[in-house]
Amino acid sequence: MEFWLQQTLNALQLGSIYALIALGYTMVYGILRLINFAHGDIFMVGAFVGLAGALWLGLPMVPTLLFTMACTALLGVTIERLAYKPLRNAPRVSAVITALGIGIFLEHFVLGTVGAEPRAFPALIAGGRFDLPGGLTVNSVQILIIGVSVVLMLGLDWFIRGTLTGMAMRAISWDRSVVPLMGINVDRIISLTFAIGSALAAAGGVLFGQAYPIIDPYMGILIGWKAFIAAVVGGIGNIRGAMLGGYILGMTEIYVAAVLPSTYRDFVAFTLLLLLLVFRPTGILGRVQAQKV
Amino acid sequence: MSETRPDPKHGLALGGTVAGEPLLTLEDVHVSYGNIRAVRGISMEVRQGEIVTLIGANGAGKTTTLRAISRLIPIAQGRMSYRGRDLTRYPAHQVVGLGICHVPEGRGVFANLTVRENLMLATYSRRGKGDINQDLERVYSTFPRLAERRNQYAGTLSGGEQQMLAVGRALMTGGDLMLLDEPSMGLAPILVEEIFRILVEINRQGTTLLLVEQNARMALQIAHRAYVLETGAIRVSGPARELLDDPRVREAYLGA
Ligand SMILES: Nc1ncnc2c1ncn2[C@@H]1O[C@H](COP(=O)(O)OP(=O)(O)O)[C@@H](O)[C@H]1O
Ligand SMILES: [Mg+2]
Repeated sequence: MEFWLQQTLNALQLGSIYALIALGYTMVYGILRLINFAHGDIFMVGAFVGLAGALWLGLPMVPTLLFTMACTALLGVTIERLAYKPLRNAPRVSAVITALGIGIFLEHFVLGTVGAEPRAFPALIAGGRFDLPGGLTVNSVQILIIGVSVVLMLGLDWFIRGTLTGMAMRAISWDRSVVPLMGINVDRIISLTFAIGSALAAAGGVLFGQAYPIIDPYMGILIGWKAFIAAVVGGIGNIRGAMLGGYILGMTEIYVAAVLPSTYRDFVAFTLLLLLLVFRPTGILGRVQAQKV
Repeated sequence: MSETRPDPKHGLALGGTVAGEPLLTLEDVHVSYGNIRAVRGISMEVRQGEIVTLIGANGAGKTTTLRAISRLIPIAQGRMSYRGRDLTRYPAHQVVGLGICHVPEGRGVFANLTVRENLMLATYSRRGKGDINQDLERVYSTFPRLAERRNQYAGTLSGGEQQMLAVGRALMTGGDLMLLDEPSMGLAPILVEEIFRILVEINRQGTTLLLVEQNARMALQIAHRAYVLETGAIRVSGPARELLDDPRVREAYLGA
């Protein structure tokens, strides 16, 4: 029992990072019906921007986080403006190809400027272990990752449900064509969606650097795919679904690795998730999108 | 319906204002979709306080005209002005701020938002124009069924309720010219009567209406003036009562 609870803490840590990244996929999909395949690489750029902030600018934890989120938000908005906006009325496949291209571009931009060798991400908080009731221990990195993620996700959930701009995002995901009649600048809401999604992925990048402190230009590929699957498992387009999917993926991976040799981890974890999709193709919280005439 | 029909002898004295000042003016407006010429040189005018109806068969260009006014589609040629301002200089999302609200064809309510959220969303860019809460209460008292269902998702409403929500949402923009695109579409006759009665009431309270309809008889009964659109051009126009008796209109649109 104690062992499983301890594993659950690890799963929450990993799941938090997946959830932060999955949110960007689901938000962009919800608003544009576009799977932003560059998003995993935006996470990677976030990790490197965080590295720059922490190492070169010598920023402490919170400023590094804010600096990274701001820079990466700008990157996401720029990508949308330059690469996706011109294709908004083009066939979906063109935009998907563009997204894949942007991802490769980002990987090689970082490769070219920073180099291929993995970099060590400095620890930004003091290490420490704390005893919990029941013989569990939690370390400061786990507290940081779970705490920051939960705060960001609660903030996002409030924003989406409680503010007019959040309502505008949901309205656009239903029927973009009517939204200007409400006095809403659709382009601006789309930009904001990319900004938020990218900022959350960037936060994921910095937090990842604290937990798994080796980063490289290709780190966004596999993690990006996993976070995308997490978004689909939760129900792509659904914000709470992406959070849930991230944690489900984290749990699945950690629990599988706890009982099986670690080489089986991804194989078994993804078999389970794919099975889930066979029985629930819209994901856990996803709904069949009503056909719009 | 006869009791809701405005008496032409009283002129256009409505809501304390006399129709006069032109709000919306279209001059020789053309709109094309690729090489389909949907609207071919329309000129029309809507004056403060009026109910003006634009009637015509399916495909005549009615929706296209309203979408052009709201700037949802560009015009190929011509002039459009609202209160003397050149509409073509504004993007769609700024047209609401000028005072034009649009109840689109097929209602266009956001099914994944609650009734209240749909109404509040329409205040997105509304600044300093009256009291939002007061208008919300006004919408709820005009449409008590929306008040009962304020926390329900709009997708769970019936067709008639969705139409009421679409009209309520337009009211929430605080606009003074309301464009309505076939509010009777797909509704049972009794609901159509209810909606039209409410439209007359909204007009009495001071909102000018430009009403697009295929249901020509109902529209002509509540309107002050009318334009008849055929394949993108205006064929007949005049006081609504006269058009009700016009043989060309009777034959083509009133089935008599
Ligand atoms: N999106 C579109 N693309 C191409 N043609 C269109 C489009 N929308 C409308 N049309 C055409 O423009 C003409 C006018 O359509 P519309 O304005 O919808 O008429 P109405 O509202 O009077 O039924 C029709 O011939 C219609 O087929
Ligand atoms: Mg139409």
